[in-house]
Amino acid sequence: MGDTTLLPAVAVAIPLLASVLIPLVGRHENIREAVTIVAATAMLGSVLAMLPSILSGNQIALSLLPMVPGGDLALRVDAFGMVFALTAAILWLLNSFYAIGYMRSLQEHAQTRFYFCFAVAIAAAVGIAFSENLLTLFIFYEVLTIITYPLVVHAETPEAMKAGRKYLAYLLIGGVFLLAATILTYILTGTTTFVPGGFLAGSGSRLVLQVLFLLFMIGFVKAAWMPLHSWLPAAMVAPTPVSAFLHAVAVVTAGVFGIVRVAGWVYGMELMASLGLGTLLAVIASFTIITASLFALTEDNLKRRLAYSTVSQLSYILLGVSMLSITGMIGAMAHIPIHAFLKITLFFVAGAVIVSAGKECISDMKGIGRKMPVTVLMFSAAAIGICGLPPLSGITSKIYLAIGAVEAGMPVLLLVLIISAILNAAYFFPVIYTMMLDRPDDEHSLDRVTEPPLLMLIPIILTVVASVLIFLYPSMPFMDLIEIAIAEITGSVIP
Amino acid sequence: MTVIDHLPVLLIAIPILASLLILLVGWHDRRFCYPISLITVLSQFGAAIIIFLQVMREGTVAYHLGSWAPPFGIELLIDSFNGFILMVILLLSAATVIYARRSVESEIEPEKTVPFYVLFQLLVTGLVGMTITGDIFNLYVFLEISSIAAYALIASAQKPRAYVASFNYLILGSIAGGFALIGIGNLYVATGTLNMLDLARLLPASYELATVHAAFLFLVIGFSIKAAFFPLHLWLPDAYAESPSAVTVLISTVMSKVSVYALLRIVFSIFTTAYIFTSFPVNDLILFIATVAIIAGAILAIAQDNLKRLLAYSSVSQIGYIMFALGVSNQVALEGGILHILGHALMKGCLFMVAGLIIYRMGTASLKELGGLSKAMPISCAAFALAGASMIGIPPTIGFMSKYYLVLGALEADHWIYAGALLIGSLLAVGYIWRFIEIAYFKDNDHDEGHRQVRAREGPVSMLLPMVVLALLCLFLGIFVEGVMEAVTPAATLLLGGA
Repeated sequence: MGDTTLLPAVAVAIPLLASVLIPLVGRHENIREAVTIVAATAMLGSVLAMLPSILSGNQIALSLLPMVPGGDLALRVDAFGMVFALTAAILWLLNSFYAIGYMRSLQEHAQTRFYFCFAVAIAAAVGIAFSENLLTLFIFYEVLTIITYPLVVHAETPEAMKAGRKYLAYLLIGGVFLLAATILTYILTGTTTFVPGGFLAGSGSRLVLQVLFLLFMIGFVKAAWMPLHSWLPAAMVAPTPVSAFLHAVAVVTAGVFGIVRVAGWVYGMELMASLGLGTLLAVIASFTIITASLFALTEDNLKRRLAYSTVSQLSYILLGVSMLSITGMIGAMAHIPIHAFLKITLFFVAGAVIVSAGKECISDMKGIGRKMPVTVLMFSAAAIGICGLPPLSGITSKIYLAIGAVEAGMPVLLLVLIISAILNAAYFFPVIYTMMLDRPDDEHSLDRVTEPPLLMLIPIILTVVASVLIFLYPSMPFMDLIEIAIAEITGSVIP
Repeated sequence: MTVIDHLPVLLIAIPILASLLILLVGWHDRRFCYPISLITVLSQFGAAIIIFLQVMREGTVAYHLGSWAPPFGIELLIDSFNGFILMVILLLSAATVIYARRSVESEIEPEKTVPFYVLFQLLVTGLVGMTITGDIFNLYVFLEISSIAAYALIASAQKPRAYVASFNYLILGSIAGGFALIGIGNLYVATGTLNMLDLARLLPASYELATVHAAFLFLVIGFSIKAAFFPLHLWLPDAYAESPSAVTVLISTVMSKVSVYALLRIVFSIFTTAYIFTSFPVNDLILFIATVAIIAGAILAIAQDNLKRLLAYSSVSQIGYIMFALGVSNQVALEGGILHILGHALMKGCLFMVAGLIIYRMGTASLKELGGLSKAMPISCAAFALAGASMIGIPPTIGFMSKYYLVLGALEADHWIYAGALLIGSLLAVGYIWRFIEIAYFKDNDHDEGHRQVRAREGPVSMLLPMVVLALLCLFLGIFVEGVMEAVTPAATLLLGGA
């Protein structure tokens, strides 16, 4: 059931090609930005071109290069990878427009470096989505770590450098654990190729497999589970498009994507259950969801509050995996695109406020909604979506997660979801209140504030529209893809 | 016999003649030195490729000097292992010569140019000789040729510190040479032959003799000093940091690799794995020291403030990786070790070239004064970043691939703790590589009062080109590692006593 086409490689190669062109035309800003936009469009096109085949249940395999024992450099597009790739491709295009507006409005320095790194990062993210085996995934994962570092330290201030070191320390050490886990998997089984339903069963003692899973968990530190999360708030010193796209979508999704891959395609849900790993994940995820929400309550810096919200939301995905039930898994997978679309809106708005009003702290944003009504409205909408209220998509995945919790016989997880929903509201509604209803301390301080440039405003609106559409038509294409993915790993058809 | 059949001896004879020619012609006009040197090394590189292809196609190439059959005559023996090494060292030598011209012009007094190229040529001759000889005493002779040339080249920087560095190296190098000679003497006493193949055949009968144990220890310690295997590395930091940049590139890549080659050759081809596993089990000790070397070298590197010194300590750490392979001694690990000989030569060559270029343009390699360098020298800094990523072992560079093989090999041999230590230790490389990256890319001296602003320009093409080629090789040979492994795998098999 495999199609042969070069499209997966093309999807990775387009942004790489752009990354070569961008430094070459770096002096001509308009051409440079045109390269980014054209590449983003072309990549979205190449991903969409594969969509029909994947939706009809096919997979697209493409072996690029023989490499080392343990895995070739090989790509395989399946339904779950498509979920990630499609999310990344759509949002890269929107984010590219937004980034141009943002970077130009603030007259940021080193923009060529910025766009160069961004292009390589998206190539790595798509590479992760399409990896056929652990080794390929690891290679793209490490590239993603290194190439996002210059974006984190973009400001080049001592504070940024410090954050950059932290970022690198966490992610590179995580990378070593992932490499160790990959090699160990190879030693145990003689392969690292993902198999729906897993291939580790019976290859090692209980203890070895449990330790191996822990190695994987530490390896996927990009999922920002607590207590290994502190690189993510630190990374908020980066320019907002980086925080929005990479640190709310591509990088962190790479982490949770990896964990879901390992759970579904390396271990398999039955093995996970028999090893008691579901419980471990459930503890980690519940702890992270609640604690990160509490942290978010105390943050006055909007981007950092959003970062803690991301930490918390990512663990919803882990929570879904931990239930080891079909419904829970659907919820976990669905939460990847749903959270991505919602959270990127929130970051876009945070960036828009920085551009229009120069404010980063929530306490300074009093009454800003009067001057930027559309932007703040969009923020409110996305925040409501994160809290799990209709008519935005947030509720879709949460319903699955809630049903999964009950199905799995773990009602305590339901409690976690409810507490979290309350906490979400507790850290978002004050922000909305401050922005919309509070009076500014000084009436004239907001005189010059206006809506952000259209290049930024339109992506903000479009991401919200997308979230509404996902709510209204969940099946196209994400839920359809997820159903196929679930059918693969469980070997059964969804009721 | 055609010329092709005589290529092995020409590899040694031509550079010796060339060094004499350089001396004669340089007397007349010293501008001729460089082209002669360049042509010689390039033709050697070409010959190495031809020989290597021949080895891959037809198996081991043996050449009897003066047609005297071994064990009486000296034999040149090129198999899949030293054929590969030969190609690596001549590739690096060629890159160094291209790089050397401008660097020599700025660092060596004009009247010393002629002796510089003569010695340079002799150094390459000695190293090539060490690589291709099949006679262990002959190996010692070439070792001394290359060593003496190296002492003089290091001192040619003509600074007091370079004299001290050269003198220290002279002392330790002579001890190393003495040790090697004693070891060779012991082997001759035990077996009555100096031919390596003969030795390997005759030695098993005497595996339990104290003479042989002593020979093994003397040889291993002697060549460990030359290879700067921790803790016998004390000569290395000064020698690398104080010598002229072109010399640093050559001794840090070619010379150190040939010493490691000699060590591997002696341990595996003469003594064989049977000896080091059962008769004289030193594997675990070497593995332990190698792991310490990896970590200690990296920590020492992090503490340096001078770029060249930092890279020198990094070499101490990186030699540890190759010795790690020797300690594990299985197929996969040795493949990793041999791959790392190539990989480390490429990346360290590139990094030292960048350091040399920085000295060429800025007159200093002190990290404090290099803030914001990437704006002035973007290509060099990008080359550094790429080779540095390979040093850390970021995939898909060649540095990652060798690390991967080493860890895989260690795990196959059930050395779990060492494998973990290697992985963690490799992260320490981030510590020293990133010191430069942070300073060069993300620190602007414009904001810092009291620092002088970087006003350098990008280097001349003849220095940039070899550097960029090496950096790109780090990346592409990593991506296309499968092709490289086709040459490396037979070499590792050969060392372990296979076909």
